[in-house]
Amino acid sequence: MKLTEEHEQFRSSVRRLVDEEINPFIDEWEAAGIFPAHELFAKLGSIGALGLEYDAQFGGGDADHGFTFVLAEELGRCDAAGVPMAIAVQTSMATPALARYGSEELKRTWLEPTLRGEMVCSIAVSEPDAGSDVAGISTHATLDGDDYVINGRKMWITNGTQADWICLLARTDPLSKPGDYHGMSLIVVPTSSPGFSVGRKIEKMGNRCSDTAELVFDNVRVPVSNVIGEPGRGFQQQMAQFQDERLVGAYLAVSGARRALHRTKEYLQQRSAFGKPLLANQALQYRLAELYADVDTIDGLLRFAAQRYSEGIDVTREASVAKLKVGRLVREVADACVQFHGGMGYAEEMWVARYFRDARLVSIGGGADEVMLRIISMMEGMGKK
Amino acid sequence: MKIAVCVKQVPDTWAEKKLRDDDSTLDREAADGVMNELDEYAVEEALRLAEANGGEVVVVTMGPERAAETVRKALSMGADAGVHLVDDSLHGSDALATSYALAEVLAARNFDLVIFGSESTDARMSVVPAMVAERLGLPQVTFAQKVDVDGSKVAIQRQTEYGYDDVEAELPAVVSVVEKINEPRYPSFKGIMAAKKKPVETLTVADAGLDAAKLGATAAWTKVASFAARPPKAAGTVVTDEGDGGAKIATYLTEQKFV
Ligand SMILES: Cc1cc2nc3c(=O)[nH]c(=O)nc-3n(C[C@H](O)[C@H](O)[C@H](O)COP(=O)(O)OP(=O)(O)OC[C@H]3O[C@@H](n4cnc5c(N)ncnc54)[C@H](O)[C@@H]3O)c2cc1C
Ligand SMILES: Cc1cc2nc3c(=O)[nH]c(=O)nc-3n(C[C@H](O)[C@H](O)[C@H](O)COP(=O)(O)OP(=O)(O)OC[C@H]3O[C@@H](n4cnc5c(N)ncnc54)[C@H](O)[C@@H]3O)c2cc1C
Repeated sequence: MKLTEEHEQFRSSVRRLVDEEINPFIDEWEAAGIFPAHELFAKLGSIGALGLEYDAQFGGGDADHGFTFVLAEELGRCDAAGVPMAIAVQTSMATPALARYGSEELKRTWLEPTLRGEMVCSIAVSEPDAGSDVAGISTHATLDGDDYVINGRKMWITNGTQADWICLLARTDPLSKPGDYHGMSLIVVPTSSPGFSVGRKIEKMGNRCSDTAELVFDNVRVPVSNVIGEPGRGFQQQMAQFQDERLVGAYLAVSGARRALHRTKEYLQQRSAFGKPLLANQALQYRLAELYADVDTIDGLLRFAAQRYSEGIDVTREASVAKLKVGRLVREVADACVQFHGGMGYAEEMWVARYFRDARLVSIGGGADEVMLRIISMMEGMGKK
Repeated sequence: MKIAVCVKQVPDTWAEKKLRDDDSTLDREAADGVMNELDEYAVEEALRLAEANGGEVVVVTMGPERAAETVRKALSMGADAGVHLVDDSLHGSDALATSYALAEVLAARNFDLVIFGSESTDARMSVVPAMVAERLGLPQVTFAQKVDVDGSKVAIQRQTEYGYDDVEAELPAVVSVVEKINEPRYPSFKGIMAAKKKPVETLTVADAGLDAAKLGATAAWTKVASFAARPPKAAGTVVTDEGDGGAKIATYLTEQKFV
């Protein structure tokens, strides 16, 4: 993947935005358990960061994937993982299916303002009783005239308390039941719809500045035309959408890990013990070098994946491997950062403790490590589909 | 309305600046070049004025090849066209020469308004806008914290130590801005892509019809005779308080002629 001068200029804009509009406010947002998504997304929208690869006709930029890569690398420098996660939901998790399969009217009404940052969206797949096993969902939409009537609960929904619309995965075929892969659809659900409510905001170990909610759908009525693409193809559309999610999630995590290592290296250089800077200890140097090497390895895989993605090649394999490996790596990196900061690594007054908490999510959200292993197993002909 | 903005490429604000051993000029290769920070405000103000009143914004720079990056940055923020004066014979130009070259380039293009930053972060002379205005025979309304254009008039709030003065002038005029004036926009993805297609006129000294004898290090009115690195910080004096700390500090300050 070749990054040009334009990519680097865009990087500078994103970097400045992170330094001026995000990082100075992170502590406040972490304490509040939420960040002002509409306010921040409008700023991101004004530099075109929310719709990079989408069709210019619907407010996108017709950009190549390298711009998404650069965006994620820079967002990975945020002082908390909750904000980049929430942004990635908007750019790469809740919108790809709408952009790929949605009707012109749906794209005008929902995609365009979302890419401008005037609307905030969520992706709602997981449920209280079905997370890893997406085919286990039970939320259903029943046809009634020209409407679908939706009932069910969604769990762990990022941006859930602030969203203007939800990209919802629900069963639309009355014959399909939990366990079936067929008969699901992705539906655009406005959160202003009667019957929609936020059940509760979930208190979390990490990513605290991102609001995560349980959502309740109680006879929520939306027109049939709100279905994204062909009804009944929701599961497949979501599986494709997961690839964007996992790739971007991995870009963010690798960038965050590299920054954490840099910051730890600097700390060890400044801090002295036994008459010399801590960094003078070869044991610490080698541990950091080992972790840098692991970061480089996954970074290389991701650049390869990004290139293939740009060429329109399916990257399920690369995205799954990278997601698995980076999830494990950031846990190791975070653990080393805490260890090498000593007491300061355990204190809330430095960045390390937060990083430790935030990093833990990578192996769970967007498909747990074991789900990635399951995908790789199936690709290797092990286990059954 | 046709607005020119003069922008200068300077070494990255955070980089350590060095002088060259051969000719005592600033080593511009040693650090990344960025747009002089105040000039971003100048560009932003020009864009706002053009957006509000209609018109065109042309960014003008004098500097080495790589100053083209700074022109492009201004174009990606939204300026319409660029003029880049680049020539080996410009190297080492002082403020008089810089203002001469800029004034000639500007005079040949008939602008209604010329906007400057009020100071560069590298040389920090804060004189170029005034010199250019003088050479062009135009009114100079400098250190603006607010600019309004109304018909054939420009009115500014000129920042002062005690507040501001209201100053106005007939167009065409020269304005310089201070950072209080606005918040420069971030170049957007679309702006960055559009900048590639915007016209940039690259001029040599000959193209611009300049007199080479008035330019470059040899023409400078002052010479850097020698330079030395700032000596390392000496250890401070520690006053130990034995109940008489206040008196000791007072004595020290008097001895050093601080008070
Ligand atoms: C902060 C946060 C934000 C989130 N945001 C969203 C969102 O915006 N939208 C959304 O739809 N979801 C979201 N999620 C949900 C997330 O995708 C799920 O938590 C994740 O997919 C795991 O599902 P689960 O929690 O139901 O775990 P379960 O499915 O109950 O799995 C529990 C554990 O069992 C193991 N496991 C699961 N399957 C297997 C298997 N086949 N073999 C072996 N072991 C297995 C794994 O270790 C797994 O972690 C979010 C979650 C969090 C924590
Ligand atoms: C180490 C060092 C020694 C120097 N010694 C001398 C010296 O001995 N004598 C001397 O006369 N000068 C000297 N200079 C000044 C140098 O030549 C200046 O860079 C030049 O005169 C412009 O002045 P300024 O940068 O201070 O501009 P300022 O007056 O501070 O800049 C104000 C505004 O003018 C505009 N502007 C300035 N330069 C340009 C440009 N090149 N292209 C477009 N717009 C521009 C910008 O809008 C800027 O914000 C020295 C500089 C350095 C770094």
